[in-house]
Amino acid sequence: MKQRFFRQDDDRKIMKWMRKDAVVAWLFLAPSAVGFALFYLVPFIMGVFYSFVDSPVDRHFAGLDNYRELLMSESFRKAVTNTFYFSAVSVPLNLTLSLGLAVLLNANLYLQKWLRTAYVLPLVVPVASIVFVWQLLFDWNGSVNAWLSSFGTERVDWMKTDAARYVIIVVYLWKNIGYNVVLFLAGLQQIPKDYYETAHVEGAGRLRQFGSITLVYLTPTMFFVVILSIMNSFKVFRETYLIAGDYPHDSIYMMQHYMNNMFTSLDIQKLTAAATMMFGCILLIVIGLFALERRYRQFME
Amino acid sequence: MDNFHKIIRKIGLTVVLGTIALMFLFPIVVTFTNSFMTAQEIDINYGSIGQMNEAMKGGKNRYGNLKLLPDHVSVKQYGEVLVASPRYLMLFWNSVLLVVPIIVGQILVSAFAAYAFSKLQFRYRDRLFIVYVMTMLMPFQVTLVPNYIMADKLGLLNSPNAIIWPGIFAAFGVFMLRQFMLHIPYAYIEAAKLDGAGHLRIFFTMIVPMVKPGVAALVVLLFVDYWNMVEQPLIFLNDPFRHPLSVYLSRINDEPGIAFAASVLYMTPMVLLFLYAETYFIKGIQLSGIKG
Repeated sequence: MKQRFFRQDDDRKIMKWMRKDAVVAWLFLAPSAVGFALFYLVPFIMGVFYSFVDSPVDRHFAGLDNYRELLMSESFRKAVTNTFYFSAVSVPLNLTLSLGLAVLLNANLYLQKWLRTAYVLPLVVPVASIVFVWQLLFDWNGSVNAWLSSFGTERVDWMKTDAARYVIIVVYLWKNIGYNVVLFLAGLQQIPKDYYETAHVEGAGRLRQFGSITLVYLTPTMFFVVILSIMNSFKVFRETYLIAGDYPHDSIYMMQHYMNNMFTSLDIQKLTAAATMMFGCILLIVIGLFALERRYRQFME
Repeated sequence: MDNFHKIIRKIGLTVVLGTIALMFLFPIVVTFTNSFMTAQEIDINYGSIGQMNEAMKGGKNRYGNLKLLPDHVSVKQYGEVLVASPRYLMLFWNSVLLVVPIIVGQILVSAFAAYAFSKLQFRYRDRLFIVYVMTMLMPFQVTLVPNYIMADKLGLLNSPNAIIWPGIFAAFGVFMLRQFMLHIPYAYIEAAKLDGAGHLRIFFTMIVPMVKPGVAALVVLLFVDYWNMVEQPLIFLNDPFRHPLSVYLSRINDEPGIAFAASVLYMTPMVLLFLYAETYFIKGIQLSGIKG
């Protein structure tokens, strides 16, 4: 009897706590929420608003005019194509290479920890302090061309032809593989070792084991790696900008170049329309991937 | 025999991965070794870089081939950077003055918010959190114009504050610390509540000590991100004397005689911090990829 009484009392206390929670929660949240609204949420809504008016001063509703004009623009289409091309090539490449490296790093080897450090190190090195090396490597008179010529191959003007694409892909991979390797390694270490032993006993070969154990159990990790890699591929602008400046070769003129240039020329309509479209695309990609993930999880269960 | 094969395999794998690792380290190592070259040696080796036409006119194919080791080891570059040109140290200090307030501020603000998101109940909690996460995924340019207008209205333009304030309220810290706090069992908090502790006391005496590794991971990740910042200073800071080093270094090609040493000095704090706190860094990355 006494015991029961106490428990009820405790329950009531917790209920009271829960109701008070909401007030406390908003107090805890307040500093962050105010700043977040001021510097992220409101600017975002303003941006969407500007993309539908004909000028931020007059504020006449312009419907989709800004978007129509944007889609007609040659340089916008160039920027979109390049950005898509870059992500479509570099993200799968990054996934394959980092998965391969992670599987090998997870195997039995010497210096394991040191090797992992080597792959992660590019991640922490500031882009700006390596730019000089990239320029030395890919200049017309640079090292890569020197190596090519010692093999008797024609030299390539890396930064001023379509080859610039490959340079940027290499730079992106160099910097971002480490991140995915770390994520994949964490995923690999969560797969119980005896799954492989059972498979081995039952006569499954290495490839079979990789396909039906490793890949299957890594899929949840994979979704996040894909999202993060796509987001990071949008950030490659930093490298591109530092290596090639405001007006790089046509093949590496990215969305962010376009947006920066629209900003410099004060074309707010096109810029906000481009930004809203970019946001829409990212949103679609993320929602699509999450839907895929949910379906995959249901399928697994 | 089986054992022997295993060891051979192990050595083979190590060699293969080691070779690839060397390729990854190559740009960093070259920057480091070349920072001990004299200006003359740099000119002799890399003088032809960026001078396409002259090299063609002369009919010579003189390549600027990267050299791993300098002929004469000298610390002249460092002397030049650290002593002879005060500009470098000034910009280094600019970087520090941008990065430190952002890290300290973001951790303070987001620790409180993360507690609300992970351990308290309120309406629209999860929806609001999704809004936070969405902004993390957007490139900086998406809110560029409104951000600029906002900074202008608040009188922050051309001052480091235009970068510091948005940095403090960025969603990443909230996201990371929430991930760490989700791992703290709710039962602990319930027990503390029954003992009569208020949320503030629970937060400071229980949660804060328990998420210390999370804070450490966040410090490293934020440091990496903001030490590297390029776009924001270019937009918000007109005065090149207020730029952080990351922007200046990209323009240093005009003075190749000191570029390597300046680069090494710039990456040193980052690399040291990473080697010192590698486990936290790795943990932080792993948690950023785990769904909560």
